[in-house]
Amino acid sequence: MSAPGASEPKLGKKDFVSDQDVRWCPGCGDYAILSQVQKVLPELGIPRERFVFVSGIGCSSRFPYYVNTYGFHSIHGRAPAIATGLKASRPELSVWIVTGDGDALSIGGNHVIHLLRRNLDVNVLLFNNKIYGLTKGQYSPTSEVGKITKSTPIGSVDHPFDPIALALGAEASFVARSVDVETRHLQDIVRRAHEHRGTSFVEILQNCNVFNDGAFADVTEKATKADHTLVLEHGKPLVFGKDRDRGIRLRNFQPEVVQLGDGVTEADLLVHDETNPALAYLIARLGPPDFPTPIGVFTAVERPCYDAALGQQIASARAKNPPDLRALLNRGDTWTVS
Amino acid sequence: MADGVATLAKPIEERDAIVIRFAGDSGDGMQVTGMQFTTGSALAGNDLATLPDFPAEIRAPAGTLAGVSAFQLNFSSLPVFTPGDDLDVLVAMNPAALKTNVEDLKAGGILIVDKESFHEQNLKKAGYDHNPLTDGSLARYQLFQIDVTKLTTAALQDLGLSARSVFRCRNFFCLGVTSWLYHRPIEPAEQWIRDKFRKTPELVEANVRALHAGYHFSENAELFAVSYSVKPAVIPPGRYRNITGNTATALGFVAAAHKAKRPLFLGSYPITPASDVLHELSTLKQFDVYTFQAEDEIAGVGAALGAAFGGAIAITTTSGPGMNLKAETIGLALAVELPLVITDIQRAGPSTGMPTKTEQADLLMAMYGRHGEAPVPVLAAATPADCFTMAYEAVRIAVKYMTPVILLSDGFLANGAEPWPIPDPDTLPDVPVTFRTDPGGFFPYVRDEESLSRPWVIPGTPGLEHRIGGLEKEYLTGNVSYAPTNHEQMMRVRARKVAGIVREIPPTEVFGPADGELLLVGWGGTYGSIRQATSQLQAAGHRVAHVHLRHLNPLPADLESILGRYRRVLVPEINLGQLVRLLRAEYLVDAIGFNKVQGRPFKVAEIVARCLKLLNGEHGEVPS
Ligand SMILES: Cc1ncc(C[n+]2csc(CCOP(=O)(O)OP(=O)(O)O)c2C)c(N)n1
Ligand code: SF4
Ligand SMILES: [Mg+2]
Repeated sequence: MSAPGASEPKLGKKDFVSDQDVRWCPGCGDYAILSQVQKVLPELGIPRERFVFVSGIGCSSRFPYYVNTYGFHSIHGRAPAIATGLKASRPELSVWIVTGDGDALSIGGNHVIHLLRRNLDVNVLLFNNKIYGLTKGQYSPTSEVGKITKSTPIGSVDHPFDPIALALGAEASFVARSVDVETRHLQDIVRRAHEHRGTSFVEILQNCNVFNDGAFADVTEKATKADHTLVLEHGKPLVFGKDRDRGIRLRNFQPEVVQLGDGVTEADLLVHDETNPALAYLIARLGPPDFPTPIGVFTAVERPCYDAALGQQIASARAKNPPDLRALLNRGDTWTVS
Repeated sequence: MADGVATLAKPIEERDAIVIRFAGDSGDGMQVTGMQFTTGSALAGNDLATLPDFPAEIRAPAGTLAGVSAFQLNFSSLPVFTPGDDLDVLVAMNPAALKTNVEDLKAGGILIVDKESFHEQNLKKAGYDHNPLTDGSLARYQLFQIDVTKLTTAALQDLGLSARSVFRCRNFFCLGVTSWLYHRPIEPAEQWIRDKFRKTPELVEANVRALHAGYHFSENAELFAVSYSVKPAVIPPGRYRNITGNTATALGFVAAAHKAKRPLFLGSYPITPASDVLHELSTLKQFDVYTFQAEDEIAGVGAALGAAFGGAIAITTTSGPGMNLKAETIGLALAVELPLVITDIQRAGPSTGMPTKTEQADLLMAMYGRHGEAPVPVLAAATPADCFTMAYEAVRIAVKYMTPVILLSDGFLANGAEPWPIPDPDTLPDVPVTFRTDPGGFFPYVRDEESLSRPWVIPGTPGLEHRIGGLEKEYLTGNVSYAPTNHEQMMRVRARKVAGIVREIPPTEVFGPADGELLLVGWGGTYGSIRQATSQLQAAGHRVAHVHLRHLNPLPADLESILGRYRRVLVPEINLGQLVRLLRAEYLVDAIGFNKVQGRPFKVAEIVARCLKLLNGEHGEVPS
């Protein structure tokens, strides 16, 4: 993407704040995410008019109204489809999809996996609050089994998706997780998502303080977070804990938590490698109750993008065979009546 | 023509029109034969219309009833409106083809069969207990039994081809036979063979020989006592090609986008009978055509809408089942007021219905099939070639009015073909597209005074950043608004915008007297049969007229007064009564439905018969 002309004034966060009142519940995790994204956008070196935010329906999907760029608040689950048509025909735009766990993984699940498969050069920000916020608190496809909600008064019985594992299964080329309140981490991940060529899939753990408060308390509360979060860093061993004294080791192809010391050293631990999707899948399966929740970039690999490949086909068709409408209309067997 | 041995010249009889059908197993090449016979007829100067009839199964077992594939052609020295009702000639390559088609052959009609294919095994597969060639059951036809397989084999004897390859040349033998019988030139077919088998010279030789062998056979053999000529029709001068509805649809879209100087974006999911538009457009990338085969119809229309937001001429193509899936996105397109053309190539429903069979199934869905009051302009092509004009017009209206437009075609139009006077690209109407770039006084929903359309502002335009969406918008600013009176204002302006498209509709063409006994009102693919029926009734002295609607929403401004000038209004439709309901509701007119839903077009004779009843004072059914 080309940088704005030197003469243009430098943009700041306020340039990405729209004139619309933000309507999320006070205390909602969506505010923090909005703020971090608004902070990162001006730093990406892209003219403001080239950004487009496309969303579906849900609390999270109100996001585009609050960002002063081009935006499209569409219909439930369909943002990936709309973004696909936009990006495929306008590859110079920076296209962002904002979606929720219901929007992306329930009604829009089909579009999400195909977006990832095609690897369009767009960014997906999935706000996972493990609940349907906008419709006032039904369980979602990421809610844990036994979830008690208005629609599951004696507990849900269906097994949830893990968004990261699902994205990896769909062969996403960039898969990451961050947390609404981890401001610096979230900014870094958003920046990296932008830099990646191909679909960047980012799950953001987001607190819905009204219908699912504390769903991620273990990774957000000061007291517990160090022991319950595994921060992934490329090339570094999988270490976590307040005292960074615990790690993840592989034994008999099964991951296990080990205490460092007593003969166990960092050399025994799994080392994170973003270029290895198989490892990413293994790490994606970690999480409560037996493991900490991994955050960071699970995988980042290069793969051809649909938009670039389609554009290439069109360019070479034009070069080989310049468009001639008259010839096209007169193609095949013709005859003249005089 | 063919350089045959001089024989005693056989007498030639003249005919005004001939309806011929080639029928055989799907592996017998009947579509190719029919198409080549069509090209020959076009070059002979006849007016014509064609209709293929494919088996529903892709590869039904050879020789079975389900595997029969047919191609019908009506060629004439007079104007042709339909592929024809009953057959003058049937070519049947096997017992199954005979069984499924012979009922359509007129008494006294010519029946040509490949005698050798009527062996026990094939007879059994077709469900014949006795050989119909010998049991007298075909006595009402002129039966010509030809040893097609043996004669083709003899002609290709020294080429060293496998029996299978020889067998596959039988269709060109039959083309030769029928070409002689009706004085069609065979050079175009020869040329086609040379192009098609360019890489395998022995197949060029084999097929050309089979073609000549068939031609000489009918010339020389004692079989046919006469041959028939059909004089050229009086056709307006110009350059023509034969075109199917689906090809015409694809070309109409390409031409409109080209004229608008914008890329064309098609989002689509394969479905019969719409897939050919996707196929066709996929080969035209040099025209800046983006084709996106989506994961489903929702994604197809969604991607198209995204491309429209980005400034492309955006279209989606589907058939009935896919239309259901697109409904929500069509509503969104209408709310955000972006141009989008949704093409529904209708087929027999409900549900999966009969995918390869035609029906005027979805008019009411196109009109009303969305939640909320969501008015969408609806256009319908009348003939295969008209698909070009209406696809073009749909794009023009969509971009001028910033609205989704539904274009209706159907299976009959999609696969049927007729000669098309090829338009000069320079004389096609303009399709002006302007993207707003001026921030002065800009609001996303500021409207053009006449068309009421909002500005098209594409992402990438500095200073005009804005948000659109499906929530109700404030008049002018486009900000989200739940204000009660604002909602009503928006509902009314959306309705008024679509109603205003009436100014785009040319005066309605009335075929026949300006007033009279009976007005036939049709829409879509029934044009040909209604027009032909009307002219027959007129020729018989009845004051009958025909109006064919290509704009269904809004309806033409002059329609109400036209309806009022006839004692009776009859609405023939391939459904159980959809347009008739609209007309009754809109104009309080006592329109009567004439309905047939058999997956087939009307026969001209059926419409004539129904009209005669009505003219004789029998009222008949009203929509129930
Ligand atoms: C077709 C359709 N079905 C249902 C709804 C109702 N609906 C709106 S948002 C939503 C769920 C939203 O959940 P999620 O995507 O997790 O977003 P959140 O509100 O939690 O951010 C549902 C079911 C709708 N708007 N459209
Ligand atoms: S319902 Fe939950 S997700 Fe929605 S705005 Fe309120 S707190 Fe946020
Ligand atoms: Mg949610």
